[in-house]
Amino acid sequence: MIGLAHYLTVAAILFTIGVLGIFLNRRNVILMLMAIELILLAVNINLVAFSAYLGDLTGQVLAMFVLTVAAAEAAIGLAILVIFFRRRGSIAVDDVNRMRG
Amino acid sequence: MIATIAFYLFATLTIAPALAVIFARNPVHSVLWLILAFFNAAGLMLILGAEFIAMLLVIVYVGAVAVLFLFVVMMLDIDFASLRRGFTANLPFGIIIALVLAGEVIVAALSWKAGPTLSGHAIPAAAQPNIVALGQLLYSRYLFAFEIAGLILLVAMVGAIVLTHRSRGDLKTPKVSRQIRRRPEDAVRLSKPAVGGGMEL
Repeated sequence: MIGLAHYLTVAAILFTIGVLGIFLNRRNVILMLMAIELILLAVNINLVAFSAYLGDLTGQVLAMFVLTVAAAEAAIGLAILVIFFRRRGSIAVDDVNRMRG
Repeated sequence: MIATIAFYLFATLTIAPALAVIFARNPVHSVLWLILAFFNAAGLMLILGAEFIAMLLVIVYVGAVAVLFLFVVMMLDIDFASLRRGFTANLPFGIIIALVLAGEVIVAALSWKAGPTLSGHAIPAAAQPNIVALGQLLYSRYLFAFEIAGLILLVAMVGAIVLTHRSRGDLKTPKVSRQIRRRPEDAVRLSKPAVGGGMEL
């Protein structure tokens, strides 16, 4: 029988993979953005699981807002990435501290 | 029984591609693994009875976000090999930290005392279809938050355009303000030429 704990465990593992992705790919912004998407997916799984087991739809509404913010964040992040690449010809984030004005 | 099998299938196929996302050498492969992870996460949500969120996940993430990622990865000519420098150096320490973090989160999630509503271990049957109930909630109680979400998307769209737009000197573009300012009396002249008189231009 699948209980709430199973879903929470899957979400916890997914969240950790996202954090590990950010930690390991510290130079590659595209992979960092993908890892953030994974973290937000874990959050969404948690919200939907709680919402289903409580019989309260508020969690699913909140998951929708998380989805909205994730999409907006990806769009803005990739836009920043594109102009950063245009300026510097690379997306290594070590160089970001040279970005002035 | 079939629900249990489906859960383990979807859970495995969410977690394994998520690992592949962060370990893949080629970022294009990473994006494709991300798509697989999102599809299976949508499957997990389908088992939970959240049909609308599941479909939204497929449409928004696979249809929009993943395509955006793929577009940027393929458009920019990035030297990904140099970006992986330091990857293996961080690997052992990173995995230790990840295991500790995962253990902590799982212990926290499982030792948390569920209230009487949650201890039944079964999903309560929905009185209405998921989409109907969600729509009624969204357009009544959460209407304001829903509008704000739309506004956030608008701001993100405008922001992305403003950030990436550049005016190039070698492009010929119509001057919109001049076109709008043009009036019929400046552009059109009515004349009535006499018979055999011809037209004066």
